[in-house]
Amino acid sequence: MQNGESYVLNQFQQGDASAFETLFHQHQRAVYLWILRITRNPAAAEDLTIEAFWRIYHAHARFEPVRGFEGWARRIATRAALDWLRTKRTENELSTEMPAEVAANVEADPAVTAEIRLKTAMAFARLPPKLRIAATLAVIEELPQKDVASALGISVAAVKLRVFRALRLLRKDLEKQGITP
Amino acid sequence: MNEDDQDRMKKLLQQALPPVESDSEPRGNLWPAMLRRLDARSGAPEPAGWAWFDGALATGLVALIAFSPASIPVILYYL
Repeated sequence: MQNGESYVLNQFQQGDASAFETLFHQHQRAVYLWILRITRNPAAAEDLTIEAFWRIYHAHARFEPVRGFEGWARRIATRAALDWLRTKRTENELSTEMPAEVAANVEADPAVTAEIRLKTAMAFARLPPKLRIAATLAVIEELPQKDVASALGISVAAVKLRVFRALRLLRKDLEKQGITP
Repeated sequence: MNEDDQDRMKKLLQQALPPVESDSEPRGNLWPAMLRRLDARSGAPEPAGWAWFDGALATGLVALIAFSPASIPVILYYL
């Protein structure tokens, strides 16, 4: 006799709609939070949560129940968020500000002026999306590199390299603006 | 860029872009919107694996690599 969770996962893998609904309710918050961490835009995160679950629904046959749902859903959500970042980059509509209600309180360093923070955020928004995602998750959100690697479908070494390249490009951009970090 | 530089850049980035609150939630239940999305797409044909644009892009890349092998590192950098 299968336990409830593995039964739902197996049913979903076979295309059962009610199993999908159960998984949606169980994981929508986690998927939303993951996407919000990448996009930093609550409205876009809601739309992308729907998009990610739509992709999940259509990919049910490729799902492997033994590997669990959360990591698989996170990878699909990351790809959906990456596609969004690429589109926004193309449209040149990158937002550097995040609504106060979703930003954690961080004690501001008095040596870092508001202007430097804004220029840093804008320079960060100009980074290639793949580098930006890695740096967002590993540096800003301080998530374990293993989790970041799994979500991006790359090795931990590749995450470290992308973070290094992101920081180097960011530094160069700031130096061009006369800011020496 | 040495480790000290990296640490400085990380701290600056964290000052500029604070992390997301870990208890952030969507404004409401997203299931009704999910249902609308599923209903809207249920009659639509599945997207093709390769759109014409993907094919054109791949052809362009192959041509670029064939005529200018020096561009390979640049392409790999932006992958």
